[in-house]
Amino acid sequence: MSTEVKTKESLFSKKNQQLLKDPFDDNNPITVQVLGICSALAITVKLEPAIVMSLSVMFVLAAGNVIISLIRNLIPNRIRIIVQLVVVASLVILVDQFLKAFAYDVSKQLSVFVGLIITNCIIMGRFEAFALGNGPWKAFLDGIGNSIGYGVILIAVAFVRELLGSGQLMGAQIIPLSWYINPDTGTGFYANNGFFLFPPMALIVVGMIIWAQRAKNTKLIEEN
Amino acid sequence: MKFVQNIFDQTRPLVEKDGKRNILYPLHNAIETMAFVPDHTAHSGAHVRDAIDLKRTMITVIFAMVPALLFGMWNIGRLHYGAFGEESTLLDNVIYGSFKMLPLIIVTYAAGLGVEIYFSWKRNHPVNEGFLVSGLLIPMIMPVDIPLWMVAVSTIFAVLIGKEVFGGTGMNLLNPALTARAFAFFAYPTWMSGDKVWINTTSSEGAALVDGYSGATALGDLATTVGQGLGNPATETVIAQFGPEGTYSLMNAFLGLIPGSIGETSAALILLGGLFLIFKGVGSWRIMLSFFIGGFVMAAIFNAFAVNEFMGLNPLHQLMLGGFMFGMVFMATDPVSASQTATGKLIYGFLAGFFGIMIRVFNPAYPEGIMLSILFMNVMAPLIDHYVVEANVKRRTKRLANA
Repeated sequence: MSTEVKTKESLFSKKNQQLLKDPFDDNNPITVQVLGICSALAITVKLEPAIVMSLSVMFVLAAGNVIISLIRNLIPNRIRIIVQLVVVASLVILVDQFLKAFAYDVSKQLSVFVGLIITNCIIMGRFEAFALGNGPWKAFLDGIGNSIGYGVILIAVAFVRELLGSGQLMGAQIIPLSWYINPDTGTGFYANNGFFLFPPMALIVVGMIIWAQRAKNTKLIEEN
Repeated sequence: MKFVQNIFDQTRPLVEKDGKRNILYPLHNAIETMAFVPDHTAHSGAHVRDAIDLKRTMITVIFAMVPALLFGMWNIGRLHYGAFGEESTLLDNVIYGSFKMLPLIIVTYAAGLGVEIYFSWKRNHPVNEGFLVSGLLIPMIMPVDIPLWMVAVSTIFAVLIGKEVFGGTGMNLLNPALTARAFAFFAYPTWMSGDKVWINTTSSEGAALVDGYSGATALGDLATTVGQGLGNPATETVIAQFGPEGTYSLMNAFLGLIPGSIGETSAALILLGGLFLIFKGVGSWRIMLSFFIGGFVMAAIFNAFAVNEFMGLNPLHQLMLGGFMFGMVFMATDPVSASQTATGKLIYGFLAGFFGIMIRVFNPAYPEGIMLSILFMNVMAPLIDHYVVEANVKRRTKRLANA
């Protein structure tokens, strides 16, 4: 017997906290790893679908990470991608059915993008890179951390786009209607910026967030 | 002159590196080099010196734009009084036009230079002259009735995203002036297209518009004929406008007596500016010529297959409308975002003109296809250059092997 005493790691040890915090800034899945860009561009026109999307990804990623982590020693290495796909696909179908049952309007807005969570690189990436080599609790924290990092960017982009593009937040008018230019009466001075409704502007907004993040967090800047 | 020089000399210690007001250094430097020829000299190595520097280049382009700008101002007034059926003299037109035009110019320069100065201050660079031309180009490619803040927002976006993120003047991938227009076009389509914005119809006396008044541009009118088939009686009134007696006749389009963005209408004066640029060696004749040929070839192909009135338009007439001429002379020739190699310039210009007419005719929702095609070719320019250089290397390697 070894003389080393194995101390039990506490649930929220420094290392485990790091799993939650890291993907928020230093290792953000969208702005640093540049994964999951497709959904960040497609469903950020309005705030509501962006929030629902973030929650869906959070459920799929956390639950999937735990499942993969539990069965990680049973998965034959050569077919692991297929197994991961089966897990993520089943979870996504669950989410899809749930949304259709309880939030039909949002589910319609999200359309194929709920299904496309299956192909979201963040999820497969975390399964491969983390869940296959770590215990369930850590995998769970990692899933939550990464989906928060993903969700924060999604919600930030959606906030800017809905506010400037439609003058609304969560469907409620924020910019007073009396500000809008009215060609009939000649009053008002404001107009919505239609460019924010197009996906290219989402890309530019994500780019601006990356710019701001790197200006603050200088260790992200690559040497060249 | 000595007196002005003294002011700069006296204030210089204040703004230099350890001076009290060193924040103002870029501004001081910008105004000083604008007023006097800089006395900077090279300190080492052999340098080819030429009298032409960035400032000289930029001011030459500005001179080339002045005829089209003045015409644009006059045209604003002419169209405005014409819409109410009022008589107006040349002076009335110019005065009315300058009241509309000057705020646009001032707002553009203030917004764009504000961003430029901020960045040069942040980066400890002297302010660049790059915005001098962009700042005059932007108001010239806007409709007269656009709200000023929209121009300001578009300008800030263009300078920030089109230029400064890439590293400032000389590093930009896209033409900043066209970036501003593209932004405004997609962000505020109501104020950038349609038939309400091209002629200023606000009147203080509450006068009524003349009968049969239409504020549409020639291309806007043409776009309505798409999908009607050639020779359809429904399109007859529109097509009559393009006949020798119509509003949009070839002569009117050439002279610029048509509605449109402020500076883009007069093909004649734009060409005059273009010739001046070529004569001065500032603008590339390769780009202008190949751009024209590209547009002409595409228009001629359409003309040969004419399935609707838009395609059936005489190729030369097609090129005189919309932003084609302005894009050819002032936009495509931007030395930074265009191709750099001689062969590359020919390819770049040809494709920009070619695609411009193609987008305009195939998608009537984008009458300003020229803008989109030049931006597209801006992005492609480095690729073209790459293959031109590669081909040259390959040819010379072969020659060396055979020698």
